[in-house]
Amino acid sequence: MVKDQEFLEKKASYCLDLAKKLGATESSAVVMNSVSETVNFRNKKLDESNRSDDLGISITTYIGKKRSSISSSNLINDNLNILIEKCIETTKNTPEDEFNSLPDRDLLAKEVKDLDLYDETHIENDKKIDYLKRLEAAASNDKKIVNTESSFAQNKSNFILANSEGFCDGYRTSSFTASSVTVAKDKKSMERDYEYSSKCFLKDLEDANELGKLAANQSIRKLSPKKISSEKIGIIFDKRIAKGILSTFASAIASSAISRGTSFLKDKVNQKIFSNKINVIDKPDILRGLGSRNFDSEGVKTDTLKLVDQGILKHYLIDTYNGKKLNLKSNGRCGGTSNLYFENGNISFKDLLNSSSKSLYITETIGHGSNIVTGDYSVGATGFLVENGEFKYPINEITIAGNFKDMFQNITLANDLEFKYATNSPTMMIEGMVVAGK
Amino acid sequence: MTNFFEKSDLTRSEAENIISDTLQKCDDGELYLENSKSETILLDDNKIKNSSYNSDLGFGFRAISDEVVAYSHSNEISKNSLKQSSENLKSTLKSAKGTYSYEIPKSNKKYYENINPIEQKSLNEKIKILNDVNSYLRSKGDQVKQVTANFLGEQKSIEIIRSGGETLSDVRPLIRFNVSVMLEKDGRKETGVYGVGGRQSYDSYLKDENWKSVCDEALRIASVNLESKPAPAGEMKVVLGPGWPAILIHEAVGHGLEGDFNRKKTSAFHNLMGQKVASEGVTIVDDGTIDNRRGSLTIDDEGTPTEKTVLIENGILKNFMQDRLNARLMKTKSTGSGRRENYRHIVLPRMRNTMMLSGNRTQDEMIKAVDKGIFAVSFGGGQVDITSGKFVFNCTEAYEIVNGKIGSPIKGATLIGDGPSILREVSMVGNDMMMDPGIGTCGKAGQGVPVGVAQPSILINKMTVGGTKL
Repeated sequence: MVKDQEFLEKKASYCLDLAKKLGATESSAVVMNSVSETVNFRNKKLDESNRSDDLGISITTYIGKKRSSISSSNLINDNLNILIEKCIETTKNTPEDEFNSLPDRDLLAKEVKDLDLYDETHIENDKKIDYLKRLEAAASNDKKIVNTESSFAQNKSNFILANSEGFCDGYRTSSFTASSVTVAKDKKSMERDYEYSSKCFLKDLEDANELGKLAANQSIRKLSPKKISSEKIGIIFDKRIAKGILSTFASAIASSAISRGTSFLKDKVNQKIFSNKINVIDKPDILRGLGSRNFDSEGVKTDTLKLVDQGILKHYLIDTYNGKKLNLKSNGRCGGTSNLYFENGNISFKDLLNSSSKSLYITETIGHGSNIVTGDYSVGATGFLVENGEFKYPINEITIAGNFKDMFQNITLANDLEFKYATNSPTMMIEGMVVAGK
Repeated sequence: MTNFFEKSDLTRSEAENIISDTLQKCDDGELYLENSKSETILLDDNKIKNSSYNSDLGFGFRAISDEVVAYSHSNEISKNSLKQSSENLKSTLKSAKGTYSYEIPKSNKKYYENINPIEQKSLNEKIKILNDVNSYLRSKGDQVKQVTANFLGEQKSIEIIRSGGETLSDVRPLIRFNVSVMLEKDGRKETGVYGVGGRQSYDSYLKDENWKSVCDEALRIASVNLESKPAPAGEMKVVLGPGWPAILIHEAVGHGLEGDFNRKKTSAFHNLMGQKVASEGVTIVDDGTIDNRRGSLTIDDEGTPTEKTVLIENGILKNFMQDRLNARLMKTKSTGSGRRENYRHIVLPRMRNTMMLSGNRTQDEMIKAVDKGIFAVSFGGGQVDITSGKFVFNCTEAYEIVNGKIGSPIKGATLIGDGPSILREVSMVGNDMMMDPGIGTCGKAGQGVPVGVAQPSILINKMTVGGTKL
């Protein structure tokens, strides 16, 4: 079972005490333990079982404005002694940086709310196997499906974050994740797709049968794709792709990118960067939320932020170091966003499909084509041609390209937001992007 | 060499007994022990931003019966922990009735030295070079707005204990030195990135101030991009430069030739063995045996010595890359391609250094043969969907070609193609094969492993360029 709070606290305070003794003026430590059990099926048979038990510690020491850090998976005190000595030695030899420091004491989280992030339930491997049998039966029902690979994972984690200012807190979290990848085949083509469900609580997990059916249908409908001609066209992003565009936005407003001047959104606070109706929220205190947290990775309290209000950028994501550099206070976003989402738009999914006579509905993108310095975007894509609100045929081997500065101004959102991941978006339409095809 | 049992209540012979007992009815399996030490020293925004050190210790215990793999890993090398793992494996494989395959090939060859690159250069020396890099680049003009440079060093010691007590071990050094520079001109910002690395000491790359050539290359790429115009959109001819652009080979065909996808018949190549999959003159090998290269390994992560595997010979598909599991199930032998990111992960068949060998044409001939197309010199990352065969990669330095001449630089664009057919579209293979500078990391199933690529210049008749200019 996952190690308890007492064990983790003891290790953390051992490290902080030793660092102080060896000359650190300030220090912080994170100790974590995570135990996962996963079962994988392939073509309705057991394929793999995997148990992982991960321990980890990371320690940062400061001597005045000098800073260095170490991390290890070996928590035996003998090893920690060697590492902390090495860390102090490295700290002494690392040049000063005036912005190095622990978070301001008054910003540290004081109360830790119960966000209902831990489910005591332990699901035995035999029960996982039952779920996977049902899942794979549903996924391989159609004879066009030639391969299925499905997985069920249970994860239980616990951590403690402590620093020399007296902060010491942490909590347990759990997750249960089921996924299925299917391969469909016809005379002309072979296509792969997937479906997935991840929840803090076992009983919230998607039904096995539903998950399997979705995974199969999503591959089958991609069979015999066509390539279309290059043109300027409206793109509708499926929710699972639209959330990626929101993640790119989040990396472009990270204070690290802003303070280094390497983001196309630098100096854009209080400016209109999205179309009028767009609101972006980062809400850390959603009960059972996949991105929920009580404090950030430095112990700073996290409040809900309306990052974008009616199209206007209101906040960067600020940590202590980059905050001091930008002369701004940390807003508890060291380590990134929590539960980040676009608020719903005001038209239905159906009306979005109908909003132009011809558009592309994108279900998958490949490649790392987002450049946050310039805002340029160019990725490979797979999806469907939509005409008059109907899916006509699957398409692939195309790319879609644009620049986020223009794309953000041309976003229309449907009203179908769900909280399936930590970052979520309703279905999204962006006008005027360029498709390269034949 | 790490003595993994030195500070443990578990002795080597007790471990051997648990291993043999757990694996007795299995077809294969082993205990994999790993101790890795790594450092990162990062200069960014005129300051040393990060100096960190990581030490990672753990084991992964694997048992295989027929197609089923049971795996358990932990950071605690102790009697309790290994016994618990053993119980986990046994409970998954309770009906195993296999015969353990003791056979594992041997070789005395080594492709890198047993060194710890981290200890071979002091922290102060490394910090000094990073500061020199910063000053050197910033002295190149007001356009230089941001400089990032870092050292990554690692020493990984592994030991594999098989049923019956056979032990195989390896010590692997790995370093990387990267420079990124951002320029700004008339409100427009562009970055250039370059790096070098491999399985040897930092000094092999940094002597006589030759870090300056890494800086110059990053600066050159950024300067070219400052002048770039929107890339074209649509199908056209593409000339790829030599070296790093071989990530095209890695994505387009390399992944599709890994044993697991072919055993499962989910690769677009699974039924093409012995058939013509590329133009005549195209030969592709995957080679783990080149001295000090990033993708080289003395033994793979199952203990098999690596080799040079011919994948495609003169256009004909010859071999897949195999680990022990997939080789056994496909009734062939391991090609020494069984790799894992670390002890937390199961072994998968993976690439090492994937190379297209030289032909006899010149780059000049290729450029002259193109009326309208692009010349791609450097890339960021790539990705492939091995089932549909579609793959992409992102240009970071490219030029248009108009009427047989290289024209203006174009903005970063994604190129997309179809793996099984792209190599049939190769109409010229250059005589200028080059290795990449030693910076590649390949991702598969959530595991990243260091790899290398190489190729000569090639001319591809038709690829889709994902620009914005119609």
